[in-house]
Amino acid sequence: MCARNKCWVIFVVFFIIVSIWPNIGSAASKKLIVTGSSTVAPLVSEIARRFESMNNGVRIDVQTGGSSRGINDVRNGIANIGMVSRTLKSNETDLQAFPIALDGISVIIHASNPVITLNQQQIIDIYTGRLTNWKSVGGRDARITVVNKAEGRSTLELFLDYSKLKNSEMKPHIIIGDNPQGIKTVAGNTDAIGYVSVGAAEFEINYGAPIKLLPLDGVDASVANVRRGIFPLSRSLNLITRTAPQGLVRDFIEFARSTQVHDLVEAQYYVPVSVH
Amino acid sequence: MTWLKHSIMFPSVFTDKLLRWVLRSGAVVSALVMAMIMLFLLVESWPVFQHLSLTRFITDSSWHPLEDAYNLMPMLSGTLFASIGALFLAIPLGIASAIFIVYYASPRSALLYRRLIELLAGIPSVVFGFWGLTTLVPLINQFHPPGASLLAGILVLTLMILPTIALTAYAAFSAVPNEYMRSAAALGLSRWGMIYGVVFPAARTGIVAGVILAAGRALGETMAVLMVAGNVVQHAESLFDPIRTLAANIALEMAYAMGDHRSVLFVSGLMLMLLVMTLSGLAGWLGKNRYA
Repeated sequence: MCARNKCWVIFVVFFIIVSIWPNIGSAASKKLIVTGSSTVAPLVSEIARRFESMNNGVRIDVQTGGSSRGINDVRNGIANIGMVSRTLKSNETDLQAFPIALDGISVIIHASNPVITLNQQQIIDIYTGRLTNWKSVGGRDARITVVNKAEGRSTLELFLDYSKLKNSEMKPHIIIGDNPQGIKTVAGNTDAIGYVSVGAAEFEINYGAPIKLLPLDGVDASVANVRRGIFPLSRSLNLITRTAPQGLVRDFIEFARSTQVHDLVEAQYYVPVSVH
Repeated sequence: MTWLKHSIMFPSVFTDKLLRWVLRSGAVVSALVMAMIMLFLLVESWPVFQHLSLTRFITDSSWHPLEDAYNLMPMLSGTLFASIGALFLAIPLGIASAIFIVYYASPRSALLYRRLIELLAGIPSVVFGFWGLTTLVPLINQFHPPGASLLAGILVLTLMILPTIALTAYAAFSAVPNEYMRSAAALGLSRWGMIYGVVFPAARTGIVAGVILAAGRALGETMAVLMVAGNVVQHAESLFDPIRTLAANIALEMAYAMGDHRSVLFVSGLMLMLLVMTLSGLAGWLGKNRYA
């Protein structure tokens, strides 16, 4: 037997080595770096995981930092592919964009609520607390329960973009996390208003959830209209490159736009783009 | 008779040594896990400590991490209000249930009632949350919108910690020596006099331990509270105001947080950890002073 103190040291060192073992010696032969929007990153991470499992020795490093970081990194050559959660602007035509999914959100209310439509100003007034009763927008005499999303969610970001508000200006009564929770909250409260991904809302309505999708600016909220690009509260999620993609980059982008990943896209409540 | 010790109770010196090392390894691993969690929380929240002063978490105007406002105090108050409210309801109910089982119920109904409470203890928190969201919140909404509120959080938490308190109190009451009861009966005490004057003082340590355990669970409960409490970051002015707890804050925002936002979420985890540590420190202090 070794001395008591020595055994301790050996044991602790052994424990630490074992706990960091997987990080040693796993240098992959081929590596892609993808950076950019935190909206797109969770989806791309899932796609990358599947791509890695189908192609031995390929490692894809997905990092977040916002759409602008994705654009900068691609321009500077730090990243192979960038992720951008909007369409490219006119001063970004040096880059090539490949949409991998569409994101649309719709305003939802309880199915028993007689209100049929709200315009953009009414929605803004409700969310900032200027309108507090359904009566003032043609509903029954009841206090409006405003349901907002937790900070950092992409649906919140898109909604803020549409309503031109800052999150600190909103006066919510309930804050929710993911889409199913939002739908259950509105389904359980006849006077609530909330917003969720169009895909998630259509899915739940098909399963009998008592909620109603409100049209925006005269356009019905539906996955079909998001896909057609006419729904106002929607955006496309893109992968971008500096030059025409080649080799591994091209393979990955093609994979991310193929039908093989549609289940991953739908699992995140986005609308897949159809590419042939 | 020294041979007896070695050959029967401790078959060999080697087994004894082996057991000692197995136990030591177990202790080291669990201590390391604890230390690593603490270290991890500190490392992950370190970036904000470097460029934000600690007072920002107390004096900022609100909690909007994407707009550089990091006030954690409303969530601290929310966590404390919800936990204290739940304890306030669950302690009397839990102890009453235990007294009922041990001293008042017939053996049959006692068994049935105990099984019922054990069942309540086994229900996953997300089920409580779901029930709260679909039943309790709409019910409260009829009286006082929006329904998702501190009250809903307290009620769901009460249901969750009630079995912990009831079962530990039951165990504590069962452990009171029979002689005490016989002596009390011989002195002609009524049943309630016996419970109040003899059983309570004798079982006090066990009951306090159960309450501390329940308080820890209430402080850290995430999913159920997240689903019913409304999660608006504010100091509650009434029972019907929505609140957000520290644990719910992490669960709500962690998935999409990055940079400073992510780090401040680890700070709220650190704060929760400190809260629980204070609680167990308090428990130790209470334990030491119980004969005072």
